[in-house]
Amino acid sequence: MAHTSQFCTFYLDRLLFGVELKGVQEVIRTLEMTKVPLAPSVVSGLINLRGQIVTAVDLRQRLELEPRPVGMLAMNVVVRSDDGAVSLLVDEIGDVVEVEEDTFEPPPETIRRTVRTMILGVHKLNDRLMHVLDIDKACEMTDLAEAAVGDR
Amino acid sequence: MATPIEGVAAMNNPDEIVKEFLVESYENLDRLDRDLVALEKNPSDRDILASVFRTIHTIKGTSGFLALHKLGAVAHVGESLLGRLRDGQLTLDREITSALLAMVDAVRQILASIEASGGEGDRDDSQLISRLTRLQAIAEAPSETEVAASPEGTPPEAAARFSIGDILIDRAGVAPAEIQLAAQKQREGNQRPMGEILVEHGVVRPHDVLDALRVQQTARTQTASDSTIRLEVGLLDQLMNQVGELVLARNQILQFANSTEETMLVAASQRLNLITTELQAAVMKTRMQPIGNIWNKFPRTVRDLALNCGKQVRVEMEGAETELDKTLIEAIKDPLTHLVRNSVDHGIESPEVRKAAGKDPEGLLALRAFHEGGQVNIEISDDGAGLDHNRIRDKAVQKGLISADQASRLNDREIVNLVFLPGFSTAEKITNVSGRGVGMDVVKTHIEKIGGTVELQSKLGQGVMVRMKIPLTLAIIPALIVTSAGELYAVPQVSLLELLRLEAEEAGKRIELVHGAPVYRLRGRLLPLVYLNQELKLTSEKSKEDDAVNIVVLQADERQFGLIVDEINDTEEIVVKPLRKQLKTVKTFAGSSIMGDGKVALILDVLGLAQRASVVTEMHDRSMAGKVTDALLTGSEKQTFLLFAGPGDSRMAIPLSTLARLEEFPVEQVEVSGSQWVTQYRGQILPLIRLDVALEERRARLRALRVPPVPGSGPIQVLVLNHKGRSFGLVVDRILDIVEDRADVRLAATRPAVLYSVVIGDRVTELLDIPAILRGADLCPTPATSAMNTAEAVN
Repeated sequence: MAHTSQFCTFYLDRLLFGVELKGVQEVIRTLEMTKVPLAPSVVSGLINLRGQIVTAVDLRQRLELEPRPVGMLAMNVVVRSDDGAVSLLVDEIGDVVEVEEDTFEPPPETIRRTVRTMILGVHKLNDRLMHVLDIDKACEMTDLAEAAVGDR
Repeated sequence: MATPIEGVAAMNNPDEIVKEFLVESYENLDRLDRDLVALEKNPSDRDILASVFRTIHTIKGTSGFLALHKLGAVAHVGESLLGRLRDGQLTLDREITSALLAMVDAVRQILASIEASGGEGDRDDSQLISRLTRLQAIAEAPSETEVAASPEGTPPEAAARFSIGDILIDRAGVAPAEIQLAAQKQREGNQRPMGEILVEHGVVRPHDVLDALRVQQTARTQTASDSTIRLEVGLLDQLMNQVGELVLARNQILQFANSTEETMLVAASQRLNLITTELQAAVMKTRMQPIGNIWNKFPRTVRDLALNCGKQVRVEMEGAETELDKTLIEAIKDPLTHLVRNSVDHGIESPEVRKAAGKDPEGLLALRAFHEGGQVNIEISDDGAGLDHNRIRDKAVQKGLISADQASRLNDREIVNLVFLPGFSTAEKITNVSGRGVGMDVVKTHIEKIGGTVELQSKLGQGVMVRMKIPLTLAIIPALIVTSAGELYAVPQVSLLELLRLEAEEAGKRIELVHGAPVYRLRGRLLPLVYLNQELKLTSEKSKEDDAVNIVVLQADERQFGLIVDEINDTEEIVVKPLRKQLKTVKTFAGSSIMGDGKVALILDVLGLAQRASVVTEMHDRSMAGKVTDALLTGSEKQTFLLFAGPGDSRMAIPLSTLARLEEFPVEQVEVSGSQWVTQYRGQILPLIRLDVALEERRARLRALRVPPVPGSGPIQVLVLNHKGRSFGLVVDRILDIVEDRADVRLAATRPAVLYSVVIGDRVTELLDIPAILRGADLCPTPATSAMNTAEAVN
């Protein structure tokens, strides 16, 4: 009996992504967001999650995908990172899928290097590939932040 | 106090009982330290003695119940010794105090071991036990009425913590034997209360019994376990968050209620409003703790330390009930302990030295805490030797912390504050107290980290006082809420100096430019202005022209600057939430907070903002430069200046004495020679220096030089100037005026070719540096030499 794990899936620019379900705190619709001037561009802003202030990270930007079309409202996938809750902004929420370990494969060498650290690999589902996101890496952005500060 | 149900649950879980015992005992031990030290000073205080006895008795009793034999054995001998003291068979002296404190330490160690490993550990307390027994034995001989504290276990009366018998012994001087006798009668079947039996025996008066009963009553209600419960701090934090949410929900309901006619809803929402506010205040209060909680440890620390150094020190405390947030209490514990140790170790002199200096051989260490202006002030002072200014100065120079030149200019206050520099320590020998690598600089960093300040005052031979100012709480700070580009921002009140509002028509005049850098004259001094919108790269919907200007005057690191915001809203108490690591690099914000409407607002980091806007570093340079020019230009007599408009409508001036003539040339008369504009003037070639070019940086200047005059534009205004026999024309935008002024309010220049900024005719004006302009003009091939004689011609 192969070891299985559950993933919360979501879409970004028509790609299917998944994060381990146990790392997900909750999924919520668009919340009012406070922009943070001078912040790295991947930080969309701060949201008030029932009294807890959570940083919202634009996952499209973070993964160097096309910007979200104007008028498309993002969903918040609130995940638990090393440094507390972080909200990942995604296009659309998918199902919770259960995958077996042996459908996993590491990312191909040809994947863009800057993105590589954030994508642990893919699970080969029947009809498509699910990218497995490294939550901590995706939430970590000291490198980017420094670049943003250096711009002045 | 546990409810009955919890009590049953606790009984079923031995771990719970042990945990509760540990927590309670730790607290009691801390009080024992304090009580014993107090008792040593005043051995006849029966109230304290009784309290000490009870504490040890409880520990002994519980240890028996939990089968902690080693703990029981130590507590038992301690209790016996205390019993003798209580009965007056022994008087507390230093030796007994030390032994009892050693017993307290042993108990503490055993408890720590139980907490860490679940067992009492492998320890041998026989030495301590024999020491305590020996002290007890000294009193054995004369003792005859040894009843209450028989080593074979205390009588049942003593086991009841607040037995009327104990109280009567303590307060009414009833002999323990009488109590024993009465207790005996009770056991034999006498149903009446102890008090009545004693009155009947004629050993006490009825009103003594009544007094004792009253004492018993208060003692019972004051018992911590009756009126308090223990909570995890995490639970309080959670409660606080939830109350925050409730406040937001309340605000929404209030808004909704205000828009309806339903009187019932309005009334209910008002009640909700009131209750929520009270609840919020109460929850915030739960996090507050008296500073006495950390001070309590000091008498013991000081006693041990003083004994160690052969000194006599008395500790006085004032304001121990002053409350601070729990996290702050934790944060100031180490710095305070360090300061207390410092005072005893280095501050207070030995008794001989003190006597020789005509002081009381016993030194005084005073701790004082009080609220002031939304902050808690904590003062630690001693009446010791004080700081030797010369030694501090020499030491700082010797360690290379400051230069000898700097040192010679410091005033007394600055000198004593040198001890806060990293790497500074004046202790001549390293004792077991100092030399741990914790210096005053660490104290300062710790205090500043929590938003506090430290300062030190010293009088040689009279002592040192260290004063800390600590915010009441970290979690909630008063802040000014402002709006910029439609978003709310919070400015911490600590940095706020004042608010200014300039009406629209006034603003245009009062905000002046120093090479594009806006400044405002605040009581005669130039206040650099920073536009929040610009610094944060926000686009404001507001047009600056037709609106009043709001200036928030802020203090950042000794510098002041004015922050221009779109609107000033209100001051509020805000709950500070830190920014996550994704935003840690954004230095302009100190945190975030949730506003009444549920929106998130950013808290400005005033220092970070000032650094970003270069207020801090630049101002520093300016103040240095300012000193230099001040030195050059003292004796501010009235001078006459020619005022004219420079590029970008800036206001500039030259001393009238340097001006030869004012001329106006049609642009067609300007010719270009090389890259130099020239014109024929009175039979000579007059080089023309364009002011806008001269004010550019070198590289931009060379580029700008190539721009030919624009045909068809209006006549050019030229100031014909003389400098060291040379004449040249300075092309300016517009001549303004000639005024007489002292020009003694100065600010160093921010761009080339400007000497400094001065206030002339109540406005900021840049004074041109004519030699510098000429030097700049010499960069390019210039036919200036041929114009040498123009000077004579002009004159």
